[in-house]
Amino acid sequence: MTAAQDLSVFVRRPAEGVEAMDLVVDGVYCGACIVTIEKGLSREEGVRGARVNLASKRVTVEWEEGALEPPAIIEKLEALGYPAYPFASDTADSAEMQAEKRLLRCLGVAAFGAMNVMLLSVSLWAGADTDPNPATRDLFHWLSALVALPCAAYAGMPFFESAAKSLRARALNMDAPISLAVILALCMSVVQTLAHERQAYFDSAITLLMFLLAGRYLDQRMRRRTRDFAVNLSAIRADRALKLAADGEAKETPIAAIKPGDLVLVRAGERVAVDGTIEEGRSQIDQSLVTGETAAAEVGPGAPVYAGTLNLAGALRVRVESAASGTLLDQVNALLLKAVEQRSSYVALADRAARLYVPIVHFTALATFIGWLALGAGWQQATVIAVTVLIITCPCALGLAVPAVQVVAAGALFRRGLILNSGEALERLAEADSVVFDKTGTLTQPKPVLANAADLTRDDLALAGALALASKHPLAKAIAEAAGAKAPIAAEEFPGRGVAAGYRGEAAKLGSVAWCEAEAEAAPVAAAWPDASLIALRRGERVVVFAVRQALRPDAREAVAEIARAHKVEILSGDRAAAVALVARELGVERYEAGLKPADKIARLKALAAEGKRTLMVGDGLNDAPALAAAHVSISPVSAAHIAQAQADALFLGDKLMPVADALRLSAKARRLMLENLWFSAAYNLFAVPLAILGYVTPLIAAIAMSSSSVVVTLNALRARHAKGP
Amino acid sequence: MNVLVYLVPLALALGLLGLAAFLWALRSGQFDDLDGAAWRAISDDDLPERGKRE
Repeated sequence: MTAAQDLSVFVRRPAEGVEAMDLVVDGVYCGACIVTIEKGLSREEGVRGARVNLASKRVTVEWEEGALEPPAIIEKLEALGYPAYPFASDTADSAEMQAEKRLLRCLGVAAFGAMNVMLLSVSLWAGADTDPNPATRDLFHWLSALVALPCAAYAGMPFFESAAKSLRARALNMDAPISLAVILALCMSVVQTLAHERQAYFDSAITLLMFLLAGRYLDQRMRRRTRDFAVNLSAIRADRALKLAADGEAKETPIAAIKPGDLVLVRAGERVAVDGTIEEGRSQIDQSLVTGETAAAEVGPGAPVYAGTLNLAGALRVRVESAASGTLLDQVNALLLKAVEQRSSYVALADRAARLYVPIVHFTALATFIGWLALGAGWQQATVIAVTVLIITCPCALGLAVPAVQVVAAGALFRRGLILNSGEALERLAEADSVVFDKTGTLTQPKPVLANAADLTRDDLALAGALALASKHPLAKAIAEAAGAKAPIAAEEFPGRGVAAGYRGEAAKLGSVAWCEAEAEAAPVAAAWPDASLIALRRGERVVVFAVRQALRPDAREAVAEIARAHKVEILSGDRAAAVALVARELGVERYEAGLKPADKIARLKALAAEGKRTLMVGDGLNDAPALAAAHVSISPVSAAHIAQAQADALFLGDKLMPVADALRLSAKARRLMLENLWFSAAYNLFAVPLAILGYVTPLIAAIAMSSSSVVVTLNALRARHAKGP
Repeated sequence: MNVLVYLVPLALALGLLGLAAFLWALRSGQFDDLDGAAWRAISDDDLPERGKRE
């Protein structure tokens, strides 16, 4: 059954009489895809144009208002061979885009300035300033000023603004000394030029800005790319719900367009896409992805249901986001608020370096100034030397030291299937010394599989598979898949109980243990697979019991073993003790706790923190969200509940758990490289600052020292790309 | 050194021309999709299909 779709939330109106929609398109890789999509869509009646963006895997379609219905575009793209998913670009999205463009503009201006000023400076260094006539030198200095001053005024704005903001907030960041050094260097150079002096620092000031802007642009671009990817991902897996209109008609509607109070139909075998209360209908609900509990719960009218749970048996009418209090959602939200409030503010490595660095540098410059005055130097000479100290210590390398590593490491993690939500997540990941896993949905996969296939005869499995094909029940699907069944038997489905059919003259039925009267046979299977859901097959007198459970992620054992080498690992689950024990034994994890409520998980994390441990929490469920927010750092699988994803510092893609191990290893390496870079910057300053204090630094030396230290730091950062071994 | 009188303005003018070109390219969205631009350059779409056009 395909229901009509309502996509009006995604439609924009860029101009009068024109409608447009942005879609994420899966599987665009090359020029041929661009041509196919753009031509195919343009041929449609009423379409004004289509533009594919290959880098972000999106297409923008514009059409005459009212000429066609949005679902037609998706159908057309589907027909062309490209599944498409609409998404609404939010304002934060375009703000990021604007910021990136601005940085690139500033970078262009700074590069123009740096090139032209260097052109003049190099000729001075090459000997033009030994000319006995200072007129040429002065002319070159004035020309440099003409180029450098407006360029620096424009290209330096991002730094000046950020410095002003940090001054107002009384928390100095790296931009304050950058701005100060640039402005002082420019002012001093103008004064020097007026006095017909030999040295001016226009080139240093503008080159400094160019290097720093390059670092900042890379950083911004990485952030936007991961953000784009996250938006695409959420568009692709965007849930839809069958919204029931007042006239009883069901329309497939994206979640974004569903409001509290709407009535939604959830059919058997579907995932519930909204939080709400049941108005009508009875069913069993698999809440494993939400609470961790793998046993299905019986629900009826008035019971709360949560997004992410699986409706096993009958159709339900759900009233969206009921005001009912005391539900799990309320409890989680309250805990979440508290956890976010109490989250200790983490100070990023770069900011810590800045806090240490800024006072030292400014004090040194001041001391130099006073020292030279005391030694009898003139005001002007003392100022020149003090400003050289500021220029030479200006954190060119320091400004690149951390972001360069972040960009490279985030790129490497991205290729391994892990998306970082923030740059500092990398640093916090590197600090983690213990790892807490949720079980259901994190260590295990959300899809159920048949566990005891080895104990069954082929005949039983084939019959069960054929019967299972007739059912919509998710557990039945697992059996049909395990049996490789292709040909269904004409069977009758009894909702909530199972399916029955005649088979070779005997009555065969597949369904709940109680319905098949298989309690006696079920007991040993239940003991062997405590976390499994049981399904029975009765054929005449013969009874077989199937155990269907959520399988571990394919590489869970290797990944956990690797993590356990350097970290303390434990499992905190909301599921029953027997089920958790089984998984813990399989993975070789000694410490586990079962049957935990969201508050219990936080309590355990607090206990770990009290022991001085820094914990990485890996979890996915609604019930994990507060714990994810409370942990030192957190990771969620991409299949996690929205509320959990929003709290996580990083997401991992796909079925494998290895990205978590990779993240820990790579982040440790990245942190080491960041520290190396910071130490290198410090060592460089130790060498250069005494020279500057003594007044030996000329503009040429400053230019060479600054560029070479930036290059060294950037090259070192590139090593974050390859992380082998722990 | 009199050559500087026109060489320096010329150098600056060329530099400004480059900067203007860059800013224009940025504004007209040419940096929005670097991967796609690489492919569009080699697509033959803009050529008339042989035998089909009048």
